[in-house]
Amino acid sequence: MISNQNKKLAQWAMEYAQKNGCQGVRISVYSGSNTSIDLRNNKTDKLQQAAENGMSLNLFVDGRYGTFSTNRLVKKELEGFIKQAIDSTRYLAKDEARTLPDAARYYKGDKPDLNLMDNKFDGVNPDLKMSLANDISNEAMGKDERIISVDSSYSDNEYSSYRITSNGFEGDQNGTSFALSVSVSMRGEGEARPSSYWYESALFLDDLKTTGIGQKALERVLQKLGQKKVASGKYTMIVDQLNSSQLLRPIIDAMSGGSLQQKNSFLLDKVGQKIGNDLFTLTDEPHRKKAPGARYFDFEGVATQPTNVIENGTLNMYLIDTYIANKMKIEPTISSLSIPVLKPGNKNLEQLIADIDKGILVTGFNGGNSNSTTGDFSYGIEGFLIENGKRTQPISEMNVTGNMLALWSSLAAIGNDPRPNSSWQIPSLVFEGVDFSGL
Amino acid sequence: MALLGSMTMPSMASSNIAGTDAKAPKDAVAAAMKHFGVSKEDVRKVLSAALEKGGDYADLFFEHSFANNVSLMDNAVNRANSNIDFGVGIRVLAGDQTGYAYVENVDLEDMLKAAQTAARIASGNKKTAPVAMKGLPIIKNYYPVIQSWEEVTLKEKMPYLQKLNDAIFALDKRVQKVSASLNDETSHILFFNSEGAQYYDYRPMISLVAVCIMEENGKIENGYAARSFRKGKEFLNDDIIKLLAQEAVDKTAIMFKAIKPKGGEMPVVMASGGSGILLHEAIGHAFEADFNRKNTSIFSDQLNKKICNEHISVVDDGTIPFNRGSVNIDDEGIYGQKTYIVKDGVLTSYLHDRISAKYYGVNPTGNGRRESFRNMPIPRMRATYMEPGNVTEEEIIASVKKGIFAENFTNGQVQIGAGDFTFFVKSGYLIENGKLTQPIKDINIIGNGPKALADITMVANNDKIDDGTWTCGKDGQSCPVTCGMPSALVSKLTVGGES
Repeated sequence: MISNQNKKLAQWAMEYAQKNGCQGVRISVYSGSNTSIDLRNNKTDKLQQAAENGMSLNLFVDGRYGTFSTNRLVKKELEGFIKQAIDSTRYLAKDEARTLPDAARYYKGDKPDLNLMDNKFDGVNPDLKMSLANDISNEAMGKDERIISVDSSYSDNEYSSYRITSNGFEGDQNGTSFALSVSVSMRGEGEARPSSYWYESALFLDDLKTTGIGQKALERVLQKLGQKKVASGKYTMIVDQLNSSQLLRPIIDAMSGGSLQQKNSFLLDKVGQKIGNDLFTLTDEPHRKKAPGARYFDFEGVATQPTNVIENGTLNMYLIDTYIANKMKIEPTISSLSIPVLKPGNKNLEQLIADIDKGILVTGFNGGNSNSTTGDFSYGIEGFLIENGKRTQPISEMNVTGNMLALWSSLAAIGNDPRPNSSWQIPSLVFEGVDFSGL
Repeated sequence: MALLGSMTMPSMASSNIAGTDAKAPKDAVAAAMKHFGVSKEDVRKVLSAALEKGGDYADLFFEHSFANNVSLMDNAVNRANSNIDFGVGIRVLAGDQTGYAYVENVDLEDMLKAAQTAARIASGNKKTAPVAMKGLPIIKNYYPVIQSWEEVTLKEKMPYLQKLNDAIFALDKRVQKVSASLNDETSHILFFNSEGAQYYDYRPMISLVAVCIMEENGKIENGYAARSFRKGKEFLNDDIIKLLAQEAVDKTAIMFKAIKPKGGEMPVVMASGGSGILLHEAIGHAFEADFNRKNTSIFSDQLNKKICNEHISVVDDGTIPFNRGSVNIDDEGIYGQKTYIVKDGVLTSYLHDRISAKYYGVNPTGNGRRESFRNMPIPRMRATYMEPGNVTEEEIIASVKKGIFAENFTNGQVQIGAGDFTFFVKSGYLIENGKLTQPIKDINIIGNGPKALADITMVANNDKIDDGTWTCGKDGQSCPVTCGMPSALVSKLTVGGES
């Protein structure tokens, strides 16, 4: 939690900025701490621990706008910092679109706690952290003579922030998270040393799955031994729930007001139009309790609300903050999504695979990019060839290439399996007729 | 925003760190200690605390950074951002094990607490006492600055962005939008270790980026151009503006003519310059010695073996003047140097930090780098490039019947153990019957490191470093790097595209 001392410092900084010429001010202070323990073959490899804090200031000065941050939270230094920040901002060109949000749009602090903070965080015994990392490592260690190394890790972090604006907003956010992961590296064919990983995470230590992680990492690397590339061609593509978000990200980026205003978006003039087929329904559910990504307000302090973002393939909204709304003379929405939820289907990954005659299951992306103005993409992949509903060959060193709008129009099925502790709730996805290049 | 950069802290009100010249180390270190507000006694106490559980080695990495960004959008320079970062990272080594902690102030009590946290990596009775301090002078300064960014006002920077904007609009009527940003950073680094080494390094960095959006017959395309160096204000001049404007327009305009090629395996000619991304991804990471000492790199058993054509030599270099990847001295007290990783086709050296150098019983190569005081140093590349060959680019292109000429790149990635690496080609050309024909765009290329290296059959004489804003990510840490390459033929890679 932010100390009262730092809250007072934020309030002082706001008043000080106003006194020295700012017409509008938004200040946030943050603090956080984290630990991590990395083991290699059950021996401690790295121990890390840290605590940090800082302040960021958004200053609106004579129709101009600058942003500033520092981790030197000493009043005497901040005085000089703020004065110079104001002086610098005055050099800039005027930009009348830069304003604080209408205060009516702020979150009013009237909703119940989102339950994101494990109050036991500070009391977790270091020996427990070490033994958790050790136990998951033991699930893989010595289980196959080809194993080169088993890396396991425990990590946790705690953060909190406090945000105020000069037109009346005040809000707190805080949370904790815990994670366990294992990576297994193994002798493959020739000089190759394939590896794979698995991880679990949770906001509360008691909710963290602490078993099966090393075992799953080992299974995943064993499955991929003997990877080959297969013939280029059009295949049904199935992307597992660890990787499916990568295909949604360019869509969400293209909805951002900043990209649209710069004409740097393939979703320009697409609100109210189909950008995918009827299966494609996306909501934002920011108020889910005990869920990563949950929040009552965005970085401006604007209240979040559950929203239908894409309904049966039709785009309902863009992500428009106060600046872009003023600049484009349109209504603001929210600056960014909190918990995007892709409407799930009713089959798990194995059931989806069983329905496919000839396809490629993607279990990892390797590089690649998507063109923000056209939606054209090309990514490296690894995974499995699927024939008659079964994995028949592990594959790698192939590319998948296409266009985002065409891809989402070819969405054929959605799984019921989003990762429970992910802030993006995106299940496994199936697309028809996707171009893969290999041999 | 340099006004912030030149702001002083109470503890260093009158200090002007002797950094821009290679002055006597004692003076530079003493001035830096004054700047950070730490005494010799503090350093000794913290190093002792770090070693109290029996660690073999400890170091303290003090950092004070000033970063400024100013940007242009819709024809106006209307956004500025500045950040100040301050802290000290404390590292303890016990064999190949690492304990790490950092604090954001130099209060002795907080530093001691952090040192005790890092010390817990060791669990012996052996007490190693830090030895007397000896300065490591900056023998050769690879990035001397004429005018420090700390002395440059925002007002002085703004006209260059405006000029860049106007130049881009003037070059092509199809230009719809221009955005541009100038980012400068100045870092003061003060380092001590338990072996007595101490140094101060002054690290400038500047980057200028232009993004251009063009429209033609209802189609929209984007392109960008960027340059980055360890330089001061002297970086800014009319020539760099002209160069970036032309490049941003050219790289965007070509996109309207470009198509997605047919995908599959084919010969790929890498153009000179940014093609060095192939070296960075295909071999550079896999040569970083942390992966090799753990035996998890595909090159772990290849040291001193012939891995490619004997005409090929590859260097990782921290000594190129003003290069974004150069280091006077790395982040664990080893001088910057030029390291041959492949010499005449033989894998001659991995890229080492202290831990791996000790493991292999070799001298460190000056590749121990970190993102900031918040991170432990690990082996990282600097400027990675291939030395020139003896044919011309024309001869290489002429030798290819059907393939791809890859010219502009945005990003790449690698799997260290499996060896699969990729890079994204923003634009290039088809090669048909020995000639560049149809422009192509937005395709990923994937290959396998050792195979791709062995498949480099021709290397041209037009070696070139790409001075773009390359940033390398590893273990959650970002590091500035560059890459370079002469034009070269890789006889077979898998090119993304339509089927």
